[in-house]
Amino acid sequence: MKVHALRSYTIAYLVFLYAPIILLPLFAFNDSKVIAFPLSGFTTTWFITMWKDQSLWTALKNSLVISISVAVFSTTFGLFASRAATRFEFPAKGAALGLIMLPLVLPEMIVAMSMLVVLLAIGVPLSIFTIILGHVLLCTPFSTAILTSAFQSLDQSLEEAAMDLGETPLSTVWLIVLPLVMPGIISSVLICFTISLDEFIMSYFLGGNEPVLSTYIFGQFRFPARVPAIMALGTILVCLSITLLAIAEYFRRRGIAKSGGKDTGGFL
Amino acid sequence: MLKHNGAGKRQSEAVSGWLLISPTFLYAGLLLAAPLVAVLFYSLTLKDVGGFSLDNFWEVWTKPIYQKLMGRSLNVSLSVTAVTVLLAYPVAYFVSFHVHPSKKSLWLFLITIPFWTSYLIRVFLWKVILGYNGVINSGLMSIGLIDAPLQAINYNVQAMVLTLAHAYAPFAILPIFVSLEKIDRSLLEAGRDLGENKFLTFWRVTLPLSMPGVIAAVLIVFIPTVGDYVTPDLIGGGKLPMIADMIEVMMLKQNDRHMGSAIAVTAMVIVAIVSLIFLFLNKQFLRGTK
Repeated sequence: MKVHALRSYTIAYLVFLYAPIILLPLFAFNDSKVIAFPLSGFTTTWFITMWKDQSLWTALKNSLVISISVAVFSTTFGLFASRAATRFEFPAKGAALGLIMLPLVLPEMIVAMSMLVVLLAIGVPLSIFTIILGHVLLCTPFSTAILTSAFQSLDQSLEEAAMDLGETPLSTVWLIVLPLVMPGIISSVLICFTISLDEFIMSYFLGGNEPVLSTYIFGQFRFPARVPAIMALGTILVCLSITLLAIAEYFRRRGIAKSGGKDTGGFL
Repeated sequence: MLKHNGAGKRQSEAVSGWLLISPTFLYAGLLLAAPLVAVLFYSLTLKDVGGFSLDNFWEVWTKPIYQKLMGRSLNVSLSVTAVTVLLAYPVAYFVSFHVHPSKKSLWLFLITIPFWTSYLIRVFLWKVILGYNGVINSGLMSIGLIDAPLQAINYNVQAMVLTLAHAYAPFAILPIFVSLEKIDRSLLEAGRDLGENKFLTFWRVTLPLSMPGVIAAVLIVFIPTVGDYVTPDLIGGGKLPMIADMIEVMMLKQNDRHMGSAIAVTAMVIVAIVSLIFLFLNKQFLRGTK
């Protein structure tokens, strides 16, 4: 194992990871309807085309409603599950957590289809609401995992101290526990938001005719003439997710620093 | 808490624990467990006549069309898993063993960024790269290396494997990295001191100790790719349908919940069996290296 060979390999691998993404801005600013080399010149037309497309704004509005609700609900469910998992011992704990984490190890198509079959059978109309139901199911395991590690690094003697000083269990949670796991809560909210915004299969099958960002993008792929505008949209989305990620990473590190832990790096 | 109150305390702890976890548990029960039970029920009953029967499964398991689709899905997922994990291991190894601790977060950040950009757009970009009039073909033609577009690189299983290996890369790197990080470095020195060379130390110490991460990576990549819907559609051009397409066609286009459910349950059973085989092989491997 030569270190140099490993390093070169890793860099080559990063190039492979980034190669498709580099193409986004390249073709978003390329003055041609066809996505092909050679490039033919600089233009911002595609950003304007994208901006003027009314159906994009409808889809974006739906997506924001969904992603914000999903971020809030999943994080709330995650808080309950992770607090119970880290603070209490109770019978069938493993089984309960297993069911909550199950969506992580099931093909998404099967989860979506099972939900769809039941929703159709009991006559729930497909809408933004049913997309939210599905997304919360998918995001709760991520939230639970993030918050479990936040609760684990929490020193329990701080809670005991607060109780000894006369706080009630509820006020202890409010004054001591929540502020200390706040960085975990924020990164859970951001990650659930991002997952929900990007999610396609559930949005496609559980959404009825409601367009969201991912199904809008999927629809546009059918028309080659609209692809450059999607490249423009993709460029903007990449910039947005890098910003969100940087914020999430900042809070995660602050959380580790706050609880006095050592940074072992990375999400999840 | 008083000492003689131990049993009572344990009981109240159990109650508090269940109360606390119950909202999340009920949600997963209603929206996941109940639908899965419904699908199982549909798969075991017949469409028009009703009544319990294994006929749906018999059809799924014996009809060549289903066998072909299952085979293709399994082939694609297993290839993707092998390619992704093999390509990812050296990267995780490099970051864990040869990057200064203060720089590790940055490397992981670099690796995870592409993963947080729209999955759909990433998959589509591979179509743009590999397509008939795509980046590679138009690029090679414009510099005069080829006269006609290459057809060997688009709309086939290899293109799907490449696309998915790209899409799931961070899922493989992160668990392997975490398990490599947990390895006590002094064990490696001990191995070296006891006269093993670098390769044997890797084979008998590092690799077995990182196996939990490898297995996690294998499962995390294998399970979702079996049910992937976007890649067969965009990269396969709809000509290479997989299990997910079949479930969609049955459930929605032919409105046959019973057959659709039988395919879904079959897919879950296959996923479970293959996952168990991976876990079993891992156990055998760990026993063999001791």
